[in-house]
Amino acid sequence: MSVQTKPPLTLDARAMGVTAVNRELRAQSAGAEVNITEVRGAHNLGVGLTNKIHININGNAGYYLAGLCDGPSFTVNGSVGWGVGENLMSGVVRVRGNASESTAASAHGGLVVIEGDASSRAAISLKGGSLAVGGSVGHMSAFMAQAGTVLVGGDAGDSLGDSLYEAVIYVGGTIRSLGADAQIEEMTATDVTLVREMCIAAGFDHINPENVTKVASAKQLYNFDALTKQSY
Amino acid sequence: MCGIVGLLVRDQGLEQDLGRYFTTMLEEMTARGPDSAGLAIYDRGVPAQALRWSLRSDAPTIDWSSVQAAVDTATGATSSIEEIGNIAFLVTSAGEEVVSQALLGTPDHQLTIVGVGKAIHLIKDVGLPRDICERYRVPQMSGYLALGHTRMATESAITTDGAHPFSPANDLALVHNGSFSNHASIRRTLADSGVNCVTDNDTEVAAQFIGYRMTLGDDLEEAMRHVLKEFDGFFTLVVTTDHQFSVVRDAFACKPMVIAERPEYIAVASEYHALASLPDIEGARIFEPQPEEIHTWTV
Repeated sequence: MSVQTKPPLTLDARAMGVTAVNRELRAQSAGAEVNITEVRGAHNLGVGLTNKIHININGNAGYYLAGLCDGPSFTVNGSVGWGVGENLMSGVVRVRGNASESTAASAHGGLVVIEGDASSRAAISLKGGSLAVGGSVGHMSAFMAQAGTVLVGGDAGDSLGDSLYEAVIYVGGTIRSLGADAQIEEMTATDVTLVREMCIAAGFDHINPENVTKVASAKQLYNFDALTKQSY
Repeated sequence: MCGIVGLLVRDQGLEQDLGRYFTTMLEEMTARGPDSAGLAIYDRGVPAQALRWSLRSDAPTIDWSSVQAAVDTATGATSSIEEIGNIAFLVTSAGEEVVSQALLGTPDHQLTIVGVGKAIHLIKDVGLPRDICERYRVPQMSGYLALGHTRMATESAITTDGAHPFSPANDLALVHNGSFSNHASIRRTLADSGVNCVTDNDTEVAAQFIGYRMTLGDDLEEAMRHVLKEFDGFFTLVVTTDHQFSVVRDAFACKPMVIAERPEYIAVASEYHALASLPDIEGARIFEPQPEEIHTWTV
């Protein structure tokens, strides 16, 4: 007996429009594979899906690709605009090119992989998800990130990890500046293991898990210190 | 919101198609700014020593030949005029002062001088970008540089005068996505230096400021550096002259901008999909300007 696999469905985003594409994606049953062509920077592709399907995006996508998803996985053969994987709940979103601002913003779960660079505010307000960036990230990345892990293979821009909560950041390259209340901490054996596992999950072989910089919260902003200087 | 597009053509073979490519780009920015739009298109069609006057009439009907006759009588020079409904482009080699007086001397014509320069065509109107481009035959226009804006008004009224680009000096055009928070104080400082804004619009203040800095001897890039120093707020600005094209974002880079560079052209847009129809865009180097980074290209 052989298992019958359906050939991948191909959807032309230009001809169909985003609403029709998303409706078609929602209708797929688990295990389906869908190719989306003629993407041309369209926004909101594949948002809010809960079915376990795989979606290949062939071209550059616009804003909020894979936002709110809880189930599917995505591979983007191109770059993406703002907010890829915004509020992601689960699943892997892989971008072969670069990502614009607010990558994986507020992601609760799942893994967002950017093989190129991510721009400003990557992993802003991260809530438990993982972000792995092969290249560099822009300014104010991981701003107010509450939980989860950020791995940056290249360099980080200004104000990395400003007002961090419990999320942890690992940077392979240089850090232009740390944000308020972010501090560099010693790597432990657990950290090395975590980075190694994340590199495997992301498919990165250019990062040495023993040689990354760990950034976490100094936790000085957690409580208001009413006695400071007694100046009130 | 607001949408910005710009296209600088470096391959002369593309110049004849500039208006067509540009119209598609501007239309793609409709969702970011559906209330009004404007554009500046630069070409090499004006004879040496002459200037092109971009004019708009708000009169119910306008006889452009009588406008032209009035200018020619006042100046003693022979002008040419290209008219498209309530707008026209008048080309004359006569001095600016006398032309301006002749144009504004007939109140019945209700003329506004939208822009002046040796290369610029300046068009703006309220309505959807597509309708404005069709109304003024933008797809048929040729040239080497185009700058456009689709507006979603947030801080002053939806009027033709409030639409971008703003052009306070010859061949200068500025478009803005964002809002300035200290424009009122800079407006007063400019007034003290004898530079008076025409509208209540915050963007006009930045345009007047750059125009003023350039009269002090700044080149475009220096003027942009002064903008970064003096202006507070959120902004992505694109500014063009007849030979330069410059982009800057504020310190937080709150407002988007995507740049595509190819040997044949430089294109910028608020969102990538406005660039998707350009030739061989897949092979372009595509990047975002970093905060407070000024990118300038020379024609």
